[in-house]
Amino acid sequence: MSFELETASHPENLRRVAIEPVSRVEGHGKVTLLLDDDNRVHQVRLHIVEFRGFERFIQGRPYWEVPVMVQRLCGICPVSHHLAASKALDMVLGARLTPTAEKVRRLMHYGQILQSHALHFFHLSSPDLLFGFGSNVASRNVVGVIAAAPETAKKGVLLRKYGQEVIRMTAGKRVHGTGSIPGGVNKSLAAEERESLRKDIYQMVAWSREAVQIIRSLFEKNLAEYNAFGRFEAQSMSLVRADGAMDLYHGGLRARDATGKLLFDHFDYGRYWDVIAEEVKPWSYMKFPFFKNQGPEHGWYRVGPLTRVANCDFIPTPLADRERQQFLAYDGGSAAGATLGYHWARMIEMLHAAESIKDLLNDDDVVGTDLAAPPGQRQERGVGVIEAPRGTLIHHYRVNENDEVIRANLIVSTTHNNQAMNEAIRQVARQYLDGHEVTEGLLNHIEVAIRAFDPCLSCATHALGRMPLEVAIVSRDGTPVDSLMRDARGVCTRA
Amino acid sequence: MTAPILVFGWGNPSRGDDALGPLFVERIEALNLPGVACLTDFQLQVEHALDLKDRRRVLFVDASIETETMAATRIEATRDTSFTTHAISPQSVMQTFVDIEQTAPPPCWLLAIGGRSFELGEPLSADATANLAAAIAWASHWLAVE
Repeated sequence: MSFELETASHPENLRRVAIEPVSRVEGHGKVTLLLDDDNRVHQVRLHIVEFRGFERFIQGRPYWEVPVMVQRLCGICPVSHHLAASKALDMVLGARLTPTAEKVRRLMHYGQILQSHALHFFHLSSPDLLFGFGSNVASRNVVGVIAAAPETAKKGVLLRKYGQEVIRMTAGKRVHGTGSIPGGVNKSLAAEERESLRKDIYQMVAWSREAVQIIRSLFEKNLAEYNAFGRFEAQSMSLVRADGAMDLYHGGLRARDATGKLLFDHFDYGRYWDVIAEEVKPWSYMKFPFFKNQGPEHGWYRVGPLTRVANCDFIPTPLADRERQQFLAYDGGSAAGATLGYHWARMIEMLHAAESIKDLLNDDDVVGTDLAAPPGQRQERGVGVIEAPRGTLIHHYRVNENDEVIRANLIVSTTHNNQAMNEAIRQVARQYLDGHEVTEGLLNHIEVAIRAFDPCLSCATHALGRMPLEVAIVSRDGTPVDSLMRDARGVCTRA
Repeated sequence: MTAPILVFGWGNPSRGDDALGPLFVERIEALNLPGVACLTDFQLQVEHALDLKDRRRVLFVDASIETETMAATRIEATRDTSFTTHAISPQSVMQTFVDIEQTAPPPCWLLAIGGRSFELGEPLSADATANLAAAIAWASHWLAVE
């Protein structure tokens, strides 16, 4: 089932439709469809032009530079890389964090979750959800949302701004922060920073609760479509705390099969390679991770908000946990298995992040002065794992006796979801495109499925004039027969 | 107090000529000009609309693969249909300001500096280095105008 439509049996007889690049995701993704003369879909692939040279870029650098350097891997989730690298290098130093260091890092992380989830829901996905998957491209964007629902959109802007302020105050700067260092942090919150954040956090909690209700009501209005859209069965993986609670900063690995049965639990991520391996496929730059004991064909899984909300035993903040229980019970559990359930789960996590920020701001440790732990038993190897906004993020380094990084391996959230995203778009192709003339609205259904995962494709280059979308339909002899072009300003033209 | 002039450059400093925006801002910031605030980010986002508040003038700065050396243009708020909304245009940032503040944005200019190569770990290309110098020279006049 999962590899149906991955490779057509006779591709030479088919038309190729490319969606390139996928819009409203980070970096460069491309979807190709192979269709026959009757528009029947024979092959669907999501290709990711992921930059794989970053690990080499790190090699030879002193380890203490790494938490700052890795933020340049991605313009959207730099804090996640900053913290995952710091955690890996804590292990290299054998350092046990002080309460202040751990809580300031957690605060930074929840600030990142809040702003990232707010951006995704209010500005990347809400255009699809509010206006419909095949609606006019001219309004299916963030400014369209602001025009249609200005108060909702403004809350999204302010939620995101608040998360950025949490990051600025914990990391020291709005971008390229240096707050987290191997073994601790280099600053805690100043008393006035704490008060400044505390003043607005109750409003952020309230707006986050409203956001959960927005996505819930969208599910209620469109139940059949949302439940079925790009739906597929999948295994799952996330970090959980020792008591089974959701923990986005630290924990052990928990994996379940598609029926919910535990495959492994509280697994020490310091040896992740014992349970996870990666496969290379010739048609994609991005690897395909899988559970090692099941092999690449059956061992793929998904990560991210949907997985985390369903995988944990409870959420350790009361409002988010109540929403979690309602989400899991909704319509007999249907939303928790739906691809669009990612949006609902993401808003539950945003509420959890807001509640966690509130709790941390009321904890005196965040203004403490004991910032860094003394080094312990030095290790050659360090692994840091964190639940980034999009899913499990693994940083793995080896450091030599001269303090130089000699090997780095990063498995980012979007890589874990590679096979799952491919499966989602194949389902959508079967449901909406098979047998129909390809239109921009239909192609957007493919993009809606990809956006549910909030993929981040590790590319922060967006110079003016880049990022057109071109859909080319080519006949079996290679002759162009149709094309649809959307330029960088969103104007669509048909050749 | 909010500085009346904002210079906002964006790009990834580790990706070759994509660093032009942040480098431009770094050079301007080093001048310590009174009344000039400097900000950088990887990409333009909706919340940057809030940075326009209480400004008299704003200069947006980015690398451009379509510009030979440098080009500065006055821009207006536009409800454009940019589909890459993770990296919205400066015109869209201005429009977001209009929508959430219900007032006109400050006058804004876009300074596009020609870049050629955007690979990770590359230094600034020779062309981009020259274009950056030209852009700084232009900006010294723009910033001096009342």
